[in-house]
This record gives sequence, structure tokens and C-alpha cells, in this order.
Amino acid sequence: MISFKVNGRPHTVDVDPETPLLWVLRDTLGLTGTKFGCGAAQCGACTVHVDGTPTRSCSTPVEGIAGQNIVTIEGIEGKTALAVQEAWQKLDVPQCGYCQSGQIMSAVALLTENPKPTDSDIDAAMNGNLCRCGTYVRIRAAIHEAAKSLA
Amino acid sequence: MLAKYLCKDSLSPTRRQFLAGAAGVGLTVAFRVPGVRAQGAAAAAPNPFNAYLRIAPDNTVTILSAHMDMGQGPYHGIATLVAEELDADWAQMRAQGIAGNTKLYGNIAWGGAAQGTGGSTAMASSFERYRRAGAIARAMLVSGASKTWSVPASEIRVEKGVLTHPSGRRATFGEMAEAAAREPMPADVQLKSPAHWTYIGSDSVKRIDTREKSSGRQDFTLDVRLPGMLTAVIAHPPKFGASARSFNAAAAKAVRGVVDVVPISRGVAVVADSTWAAIKGREALKIDWDESKAETRGTDALLAEYKALADRPGEHVAAERGDALAGLRGAARTIEATYEFPYLAHAAMEPLNAVARRSGDTIEVWGGHQIPDLYQAVAAKIAETTPDKVVLHVMKTGGGFGRRATPDSEIIVEAVETAKAIGWRAPVKVQWTREDDMQGGRYRPLMVHKVSVGLDGRGNIAGWHHRIVGQSILVGTPFESMLVKNGVDATSVEGVSDTLYAIAPFRTEVTNAKVGVPVLWWRSVGHTHTAYVMETMIDEIAAASGKDPVALRRELLRDHPRHLAVLNLAADRAGWGAPLPSGRFRGVALHESFATRVAQVAEISLDGSGGFKVERVVCAVDCGLAINPDVVRAQMEGGIAFGLSAAMAEAITLDSGRVEQSNYDSYTPLRIEQMPKVEVHIVPSTEPPTGVGEPGVPPIAPAVANAIAAATGQRIRSLPFAKTRIG
Repeated sequence: MISFKVNGRPHTVDVDPETPLLWVLRDTLGLTGTKFGCGAAQCGACTVHVDGTPTRSCSTPVEGIAGQNIVTIEGIEGKTALAVQEAWQKLDVPQCGYCQSGQIMSAVALLTENPKPTDSDIDAAMNGNLCRCGTYVRIRAAIHEAAKSLA
Repeated sequence: MLAKYLCKDSLSPTRRQFLAGAAGVGLTVAFRVPGVRAQGAAAAAPNPFNAYLRIAPDNTVTILSAHMDMGQGPYHGIATLVAEELDADWAQMRAQGIAGNTKLYGNIAWGGAAQGTGGSTAMASSFERYRRAGAIARAMLVSGASKTWSVPASEIRVEKGVLTHPSGRRATFGEMAEAAAREPMPADVQLKSPAHWTYIGSDSVKRIDTREKSSGRQDFTLDVRLPGMLTAVIAHPPKFGASARSFNAAAAKAVRGVVDVVPISRGVAVVADSTWAAIKGREALKIDWDESKAETRGTDALLAEYKALADRPGEHVAAERGDALAGLRGAARTIEATYEFPYLAHAAMEPLNAVARRSGDTIEVWGGHQIPDLYQAVAAKIAETTPDKVVLHVMKTGGGFGRRATPDSEIIVEAVETAKAIGWRAPVKVQWTREDDMQGGRYRPLMVHKVSVGLDGRGNIAGWHHRIVGQSILVGTPFESMLVKNGVDATSVEGVSDTLYAIAPFRTEVTNAKVGVPVLWWRSVGHTHTAYVMETMIDEIAAASGKDPVALRRELLRDHPRHLAVLNLAADRAGWGAPLPSGRFRGVALHESFATRVAQVAEISLDGSGGFKVERVVCAVDCGLAINPDVVRAQMEGGIAFGLSAAMAEAITLDSGRVEQSNYDSYTPLRIEQMPKVEVHIVPSTEPPTGVGEPGVPPIAPAVANAIAAATGQRIRSLPFAKTRIG
């Protein structure tokens, strides 16, 4: 039995302790906003916040996050998250949308740490998040837009 | 992707084609009002209700899209068309996919013969169909209001989803839907003139699904959860053409959560109560593979064979104008070049998946149903029932790029066979891992081109002889008899054989290589390699004859004003001819695919250690009427990223028949730090809309290659660029 919090709510799960957090969130807890892309921390589609740090849930065994606070795309809140989501909508960033939960989780973490990122700050922070539709131009612009709205 | 080949003449749907596409059905625009049958909706229609849109009592208008959405935005485009003619409020618009009735949903750009999404045809297919659907619905709402209020229809106004009459009467669409559904369908309707459009052609509406996609609320097949559903992963053969001789499931079944291990035609399915258990179960599974019929050649061997084939006359002549060989013999000088293009994976973010369930005598399949008629028939055959008993739930997909249109319906086969193999006792989701997806084949084919161009004493083209060697995508599929003519698969030669450059004499030959690696259309299909060869060779000719690359293209396209317009627009906005900052170099390319013309100017800088960066791309596009200009811009941005991604560093290689790449660490798509700045300029046009999903892809690789040549003199003839030290 492993206990942790997801989006503020306590959960205790009875699963193979090696199970990646991604599949616990999706299959056990039914939180499907976090996506499976690679299973190897290569694409960032599964990004969640673990005690505030952006983390690839596909490669994080659930036993490793016992007692910690997980935030998923379903649970992000606060002005930074809102600014990012509004900027995503203002600029119509998503195409297929599959990677965007992970992109947004990384973007929120970036802006929380660095409220005025440069293009190269953005590239560095977002480089682990693949987008095969190629929405990168708009991701950059939307992060600047969110930063502007937060200023 | 299929579009062009299925019905070449109908990319711009005329009214006649539209009517033909809906022949025998009538336009069954109808309203979702439980228990009320729409009067006048054609009685002969197999599914007369709710054909193209639904207006619900809650005042939502849901368009039912004949085209699935892989991210290119057809739901948004179709909602725009319907909202325009309906005079709906954008906030009330919703969208979903639908399948299972070719008469209603056949792709009009394909002559209506089959439902499907591809070939950048969704808007060409939908432009008239869905505007008429909206207009008919509006007319029925007005006549419903006229009857209900006992006022002349001509006095009723419709604005932003509300019907009003000067007497003060007012009703929303939702309130009037039931009355409207009782009205006879008008025999004909007048569509708005473009001068009256408010949604079409403007950026006034935000994309219909951005909110869901920015909040984790957009469901994909990955997210389908049904009561009692099990998840399966499939152990596939390690080489293409191999099969399971026998397997030992004991260790797999011992994994907690694994409930069954069953053989299916494409491998062995490990069925479990969670995705992770299925993955772990597969790791424990022991399979004895029979590789006697497997493809065992490696990439190097295949390339050597292809190059040898390219040195010999091609199997088939795809195009011939004049005597190219004589032209070459008489030439003052000759440029000869051989090009190599690797296998490419689609590598869409959502690995393949599908869900199958039997309820009573109905089979339901959830998935990215890109060619649904075929999938419905295949599912029915496996389930030993008839296609009308198969309900397809069309899901949005996490990318696609062609990968969801498989002529052998592989993922549908796996889901339905697995559900059947466990006795239909539970719904089954088959989920591929990234490794399954990367190693599962259906690649853009490995291709070799060999080109000889003769120039006369003034540098003019005296002969162009072009050989193409590679696997045909269509030979051996259900589409072969329809689409392969005299041995020539258009998807192998498009972009060369039909070039509009004034090149004569000209000859294109093609040889269909026989290899056991499954291949497939990959965003922009043949143009992925043909544009590269044509556009880099034109650049070489310009250099060899001392001409400016833009000026040479203008000369060779002098009779094609739309091509000239995109070329001139891109060159102008890129500042072609003006000096660049120190360390910057530029290249240009222009290519038409899927009836859309795109020109791109790429600017690069060298990093001094063998690499380079694409700094800026200026793109001009003529896609006819831009229904949603911002979607056009987004597709050009995305197409540039996709084409650049492949050109920079993507390649699937084989070692003794085994795929060497398995995940995004060995197959390396473009990341944000490599993404150039992109400017998109749309040529204003009132021509019928053509596609934008694919045409942004082909020009970028040659534009960058030409910039590399400008910087270093290197002519890159083997892709990806990462194989070559630049500078």
C-alpha cells in the first residue's frame, strides 16, 4: 500500500510498487489528462508536478513518491496556471493536443521559477517536451504572453 | 493522402460532384429531438437522423464530421462552415466525428466512393456539403418559427443562434429545434455570397477544441475507459514477415494483473487489468518465432540494391516529354546526382491503439478511424457479422500523419481479434508502446533517385532523365487495382512526373523495389522525397548556369501565375536579394502538393563544429480560399516543423531485418530549441479551398539544403542532414 496526495486529495493504492506513477494516475485513479507518449522520459507527455517539480511520471515508480504531493493537469490552479491556459487559448497553441498537458505542466513550472523567461530560457525548460505537430512557435509565444499577463 | 489518386479531377468539388456524393440520400439535416422524426428526411436513407449536424434542446449545435481530426483542424473548419450558413453563435458550436455511412460521409474529393481522411482533402470535401447542411438547417428553423408564430418566414431574422420577429417573438435554435424538425426539407437553398461571410475567411473564432486541449479534458483512444475493460499489449514478431511458432504463457500469466494470453494473427496478446500489468506480462512471455519468411536485409544492403537498380533502366516510364536521352547526349554539360532517403516513422505522440467491445449483436470499435469503411468491414469479418452491426466511434488522435490509414487495418484487427479471442467477455483496449510504434513498420519508404540533367551552352535545360527506386505504397493493398496504372504508383513519382517546371525533354522512370518492410503514406507522401530532389536540383542548375535561384524558377514557371505569386510573396517577405547579416545564408524552395502551392525561404547559420541551425523560415501559401486563416498558418508552422524534423535527424534503419530504433532517444524528432522562427503569408484567393495539412512539409528540407549549399557549397544528397558534417 502506497499513500500520496494527488491534486490535494489523499490516495492509497495497492499496486505493484514498480508501477510507473503515470499508470497509477491513469488506470488506478482514472485521471487521464496525463498522457503516455514514450515510457522512457523522452517526450514529456506524462509530465506532472511532484512536490512542485516537473517530473516524467512514466519513469517514476509509484513507490518513489510515497508521501508526496502530485499535481496533474486536472489539478493545476493559481494565477500562473490560469495565465498559461489562457495564453494557450488566446494563441490557439494545440493542434492534436496530445502533448499539451505535458507542455502546460512544464510551462507552469518554468513560469513559477522564472516569471520573465527569454526565448533561450523557454527552449531550455521546454526541450524535454516533444510536439510532433510542431506547435513550438506558438508554445514560445504563449509562454511570453502568459509572462506578460502575470507581470 | 488517397485523395489525389482516387479522383484527380475533383479536388475542387463542384455542385454536381456534391450532389453526386449525396446521391439517393438527400441532405438529411435533422435535429436531435427524441421521439420526433424529421418529416421530409429521405425515407430511403439508412440513417436519416442527425446526418451532418444536431441541434439539441440545450441549444448546442454539434457538427458531425465526416473527417477524423488528427490535429489539422477539420472539426474546426467544418464547424466554421456550418456556423456561417446557420448564423449560429460560435459559442454554441460543438464537433464530433461520425462514420458508418458512405453515402452520407463519402469523401467528395474522392468522388464520394469511400469515407476517409487524407490527401489534405477535408475542406475540399466539406466546403459545399457542410455549408448546404447549415443553410438547410437554417431554412427549417425559419419555417418552423414561421409556423409556430404564424408570421411570414420573410419577416424572421436569424442572428447568432437566435430567431426573432419584429413583433417581439424570439427563440433560440434549441427552443425551435423540435418545430423545425417537423418541417419539410427545402428542395434547394441559397448559400451566402462571400461578401456576407462573418466566420469563413476570418480569424474571428478561436479553435473549437483548444479549451479541452489546454486542460487535459480532450479524450483520445488512450483515454477510453469502459466498465470491465481490459488492456492488451501485443508481442509482435521481431522482424517483418516472421510469425509465432509457439509460446509459453506461464511466466506471463504469473504477473499480477494478467488475465489471459491469447494468440492472434499478428502476434500474441497479453491481456491484463491494467496497462502496466500487460506490459510486464509481455516482458515475461516466451515466444518461439518462425523467421523463415522474414525480411532479413539491412539498410546498407537495400541501399546498394536500390543504387544498382537506379543504374539500370526503370521498370516503368512514369512521364515522358520528348527524347530526354538524346537531349542529354547533345548537352554541353551534364549534372548527375544520386539521392538517398531513409525509411521514416510517423512517430505520432499517441502510440497506436483501439478499443473493441461486443454488446449483444453489436460490435463497437473506438479508434482513429481514418478509413472507416474498410475498418468496419474488417471488424465485421473478424466478428463474423455484417458491417451494419459494427459501430465505429471516431476518436481524435494524438497525431497521425498518415499512420492511422492502414490498408490492412492492423490496429483494428488486433483489438477485435483480441476481444474475440477472450470470448468477448470484456471490452479490450489494445495499446501499443512507443517501441511497438517505432518498430511496427508502415514507414515512409526508403527511396533512391538518380537524376541526369543536361545543360546547353547557355545553361538551359537540354534534357532531364530521372529514375526513382523504392517500394510502392499501393502495390499489394486493396487500392492497387484502382490506383496503380501500368505499374506506376503515383505516390512514388508525384512531384517529379507531374512537375510544372518547363523542362523538356523530360523522362521519369520508376522501379518498384520488393522488400518485406511495410510502408505507408507519411505526411505529404511522395512529395517528401520528390520535392527535395526537384528543388535542390533546380538550385544546382541555377548555380551551374549562373542564374539566381528565384529568377530561374520564375523563368521555368512563367505560365503558372499562382506558383509565381507564392514564390514572389515568399521572396519579397524574406528580403530575397538583400544582404543578410554576417553568418546567415538562405535557400528557397517551391512545391505544389495536394493542389496547394507553397514557397519557403529558409535562413541558416553554421555553428562552426559541423552543425547548423535554421533560424528563420518565411512561408507563402496559396490554398485557395483560406476558410480559417489561423489554421492555415498553424499547419504551415507544423508542416515546416515536421519536414525539418525528418530532414535534420530522423531515420529508421535495419540491421539484418531488425529495426535499430526503438524510442525517441534513437529516433530523434525536432525539439523546441531547434525550431526556427516562422512567418506565414497567405495569398488572398477566392478559388475553392484546397488542403493545408500536408503541403507545408515538402519545401522545407530542400530550402534548408539550398541554404547549406549557399553557405558551404555542399550538396547534401543523403538524408538526414545529421549524417553529414556541414562546413
